[in-house]
Amino acid sequence: MTLTSKGPLPSEPYDVTVVGAGVVGSAIARELAAHHRLRVALVEASGDVGDGTSKANTAILHTGFDAVPGSLEARLVREGQRLLAAYAADSGIPVEPVGALLVAWDDEQLAALPGLLDKARGNAYTAARIIDADEVWAREPHLGPGALGALDVPGESIICPWTTTLAYATQAVRGGVHLHLNCRVKKGNWVEYPAGGCRELATSRGVLRTRYLINAAGLHTDDLDQQLLGEGKFAVTPRRGQLIVFDKLARDLVRHILLPVPTALGKGVLVAPTVYGNVLLGPTAEELDDKTGTGTTADGLDTLRAKGRRILPALLDEEVTTVYAGLRAATEHDDYQIHASPDERWITVGGIRSTGLTASMAIAAYVVDLLADAAGPELDLTHAGDLDPVRMPNLGEAFPRPYQRADLIATDPAYGTIVCHCERVTRGEIRDALISTVPPGSLDGLRRRTRARGGRCQGFYCGAAVRELFDGWGESGAAR
Amino acid sequence: MRRQRAIDVLVIGGGPAGLAAAGRLARVGAGTVEVLEREGRAGGVPRHCHHRGFGRWGVTGPQYADRLVEAALGAGVAVRTGVSATGWAGALVVDTTGPHGLERITARAVVLATGARERPRAARLVPGTRPAGVYTTGELQQAVHLHHQRIGTRAVVVGAEPVSYAALAALRRAGVEVAALVTEETRPQVGRARAASARLGRRVPLLTGTTIVELLGRGRLSGVRLRHADGRPGAIACDTVVFTGDFVPEQELARRGRVPLDSGTRGPAVDGAFRTAARGVFAVGNVLHAVEPARAAAREGAAAAVAVRRHLEGADWPASAGLPVEAVAPLRWVAPNRLVPGEPPVPGARFLLRTAETLVRPVLLVTQGGRCLHRARVPRRVLANGSLHLSGAWVGLVDAAGGAVRIGLG
Ligand SMILES: Cc1cc2nc3c(=O)[nH]c(=O)nc-3n(C[C@H](O)[C@H](O)[C@H](O)COP(=O)(O)OP(=O)(O)OC[C@H]3O[C@@H](n4cnc5c(N)ncnc54)[C@H](O)[C@@H]3O)c2cc1C
Ligand SMILES: Cc1cc2nc3c(=O)[nH]c(=O)nc-3n(C[C@H](O)[C@H](O)[C@H](O)COP(=O)(O)OP(=O)(O)OC[C@H]3O[C@@H](n4cnc5c(N)ncnc54)[C@H](O)[C@@H]3O)c2cc1C
Repeated sequence: MTLTSKGPLPSEPYDVTVVGAGVVGSAIARELAAHHRLRVALVEASGDVGDGTSKANTAILHTGFDAVPGSLEARLVREGQRLLAAYAADSGIPVEPVGALLVAWDDEQLAALPGLLDKARGNAYTAARIIDADEVWAREPHLGPGALGALDVPGESIICPWTTTLAYATQAVRGGVHLHLNCRVKKGNWVEYPAGGCRELATSRGVLRTRYLINAAGLHTDDLDQQLLGEGKFAVTPRRGQLIVFDKLARDLVRHILLPVPTALGKGVLVAPTVYGNVLLGPTAEELDDKTGTGTTADGLDTLRAKGRRILPALLDEEVTTVYAGLRAATEHDDYQIHASPDERWITVGGIRSTGLTASMAIAAYVVDLLADAAGPELDLTHAGDLDPVRMPNLGEAFPRPYQRADLIATDPAYGTIVCHCERVTRGEIRDALISTVPPGSLDGLRRRTRARGGRCQGFYCGAAVRELFDGWGESGAAR
Repeated sequence: MRRQRAIDVLVIGGGPAGLAAAGRLARVGAGTVEVLEREGRAGGVPRHCHHRGFGRWGVTGPQYADRLVEAALGAGVAVRTGVSATGWAGALVVDTTGPHGLERITARAVVLATGARERPRAARLVPGTRPAGVYTTGELQQAVHLHHQRIGTRAVVVGAEPVSYAALAALRRAGVEVAALVTEETRPQVGRARAASARLGRRVPLLTGTTIVELLGRGRLSGVRLRHADGRPGAIACDTVVFTGDFVPEQELARRGRVPLDSGTRGPAVDGAFRTAARGVFAVGNVLHAVEPARAAAREGAAAAVAVRRHLEGADWPASAGLPVEAVAPLRWVAPNRLVPGEPPVPGARFLLRTAETLVRPVLLVTQGGRCLHRARVPRRVLANGSLHLSGAWVGLVDAAGGAVRIGLG
């Protein structure tokens, strides 16, 4: 297994390099790992996988009921939902099929519901139905006053986005993909090799050689196309979504994902449970010109609180656990921008706006098909082998966690030693994460693998102890 | 799967309040008394407060914590560290997790002594990025004193109350330069001598009427943006910021057990005998009122022991939740916040009030339905966020049918 985070890169060329280890790039790398004969690299500018948009979203496994019918996105979301639901069950990624209610708060919104129902049917989603105000109340007793009815979408689920990316990356690395972290691709040129062209890329860690390139750089897909191909078919405009995470003690207030009736700017502000047992309020939708603008703002948080108060008044009395913001990779088009440039031996995977987590596995399959077409016999992609299954540590509240398992504690008392009290994360889990296939490069990475330090006290009780463990095991992590 | 046990008294939380309650209970022969403490060492917050001034002799926090633990052990209390109470399996049945496995403990009385913590940055809705270098005093003290970790080079401390000055001390101990203390209040909430010693002796500027409006920096904190009272913006370059004070009770276990809370304190609602509305469940220490000095928490623990003992001996549990006791602005809250007419607080207990504004020799007025039950002058100045105390001598005058009792200023 090869995972590097510093030093020069191997000089032998890769057959395929995937740029960007977000949920999309990691899924593609995993898909390519099944082609055992290929030399595949996954390169990531950050020190961890899933450190971009993929770590900061609303964590919903969408049905795609509200996608634009006939679009590529509609198709890949629909397929991706099925693929990821099955994969999650096999690999231990927490998913809870809580269902969604798209709540109408005024007559205009109520009048829009039948259209949305038709759209759902157009997307081959047939389980949706319109319910009246009484049923809405019966199913969500803490809802604020004024709800007139809702579209019931029972297939919407909540999922752990962190484990998803990590599972893909873990399986890819175990399957032979080389993962290079802290490796930002800057520019490149073609070099002639006997077996066809080979691209020589300048990275922050020196030269990387590859025959084919898949650009899955998220917000920077357009920049990379510009820099390396000298042209771009689209421009990414970051659309920021700020979110507030409420305390676990608020979890009983809400049973479904409560969606608003969508507007032109996006899906609007929702209230949803998380698989960790919290309640999420957000996201905002703000067009920015800064691709690093992941800060929260006073205005954004105020707006969310005002909207949240209307949807679920009691929520606002609960403590806030954290706030964060993510950037959707919006473009001037309203569909995914996935293009093959066979002459350039290049595939661009961009504009994966607000559904990329759900669609990730289907995007990966689609992209590998495009690659097979583009490469023809030059890369033999006709037969995919098997990958060893992965089993990820469970971060979800709906499934037993180590601190609740007498059997596990009996085999190793470290699983009975709680270090992070708010999230009930044990020493055993922290140790396991630190020596795992894709170990965390930072305390934040450790939080995304274990939940340690991610609770209501944000480290008041456990922060120093968690850091002690991280520093102590850092050696074996850094040894990679 | 879970080992099941039955004991007489289960105290959850091995801080000053829980240890003092357990020690006294064991000493007076209340049967099997056990303290659960989720940290590796008992003692609560004082474990990581390395400055002096704790207890009657003014010892350091860890020394004080050790004395409390020794006293409890000496009295025959079972102090079990590294064991967390994780939830309830019944009215007086508590589930635990520890390295030796899972247990289900049934007790005749449960005492919640889970303490309080500081609100972290996010809960205060401070906007900006999410860089490293953002602390609460609790985390900072543990990092410096228990783990000897590197903190940073230049810090801003948010707050100017006693705990903020404790943070200042921990930062200096770690070799961190303190750029400023920043508070939204108009003056520091400590005595003049302490404030002056930091400002003049240590040359740490105090910015009053100032709010932190944004954290800056990627990866590591690079600075904070400020807004002064007159609207002027400002900024300080720093790699560390410590959010101090703004305490909240650690009330998860109370809520999971459906123990009703008081809307003012946000801790469990209790009467003058530290009884919650859940039969057999008591609460004591900072989980009731965030926060009071360690010594006050310990004193309260000892007082509560008397009430717990009475319950074990078969005293009646009040059938109803009693009458509410409410604080009137600018008083923020009062604890105890329930009372049983005719039953004064147990010996050693009194009403504790918190004020939102600085008060000069205030008069406390206890009324019920417009009728004045009691007046008392507090012969000193009480700073904003400071505490006032009131004895329960007037409780005999309360009319059981007269509705809520209010405590305000006269
Ligand atoms: C607020 C919000 C809510 C959302 N909610 C949902 C939801 O509920 N359900 C859902 O399915 N989807 C949701 N999404 C969408 C989903 O999060 C994204 O579609 C998905 O994460 C995109 O993944 P990605 O891999 O394309 O991008 P990213 O995660 O951004 O990954 C791209 C990676 O490329 C790296 N990179 C960039 N440039 C370079 C370079 N030059 N060299 C090397 N590496 C580089 C970056 O560091 C980054 O790690 C939401 C998005 C947001 C912002
Ligand atoms: C940062 C800070 C600095 C302070 N500085 C001073 C000072 O300088 N001088 C002073 O006099 N006072 C100080 N105080 C206040 C003083 O520490 C407290 O008054 C005192 O510790 C309160 O005692 P307690 O027993 O109520 O709570 P704590 O000391 O907080 O103890 C509660 C204990 O309960 C445990 N616990 C909680 N939940 C569970 C569970 N589910 N299972 C098992 N165990 C659990 C916790 O681990 C903790 O040890 C400070 C407080 C803070 C927060």
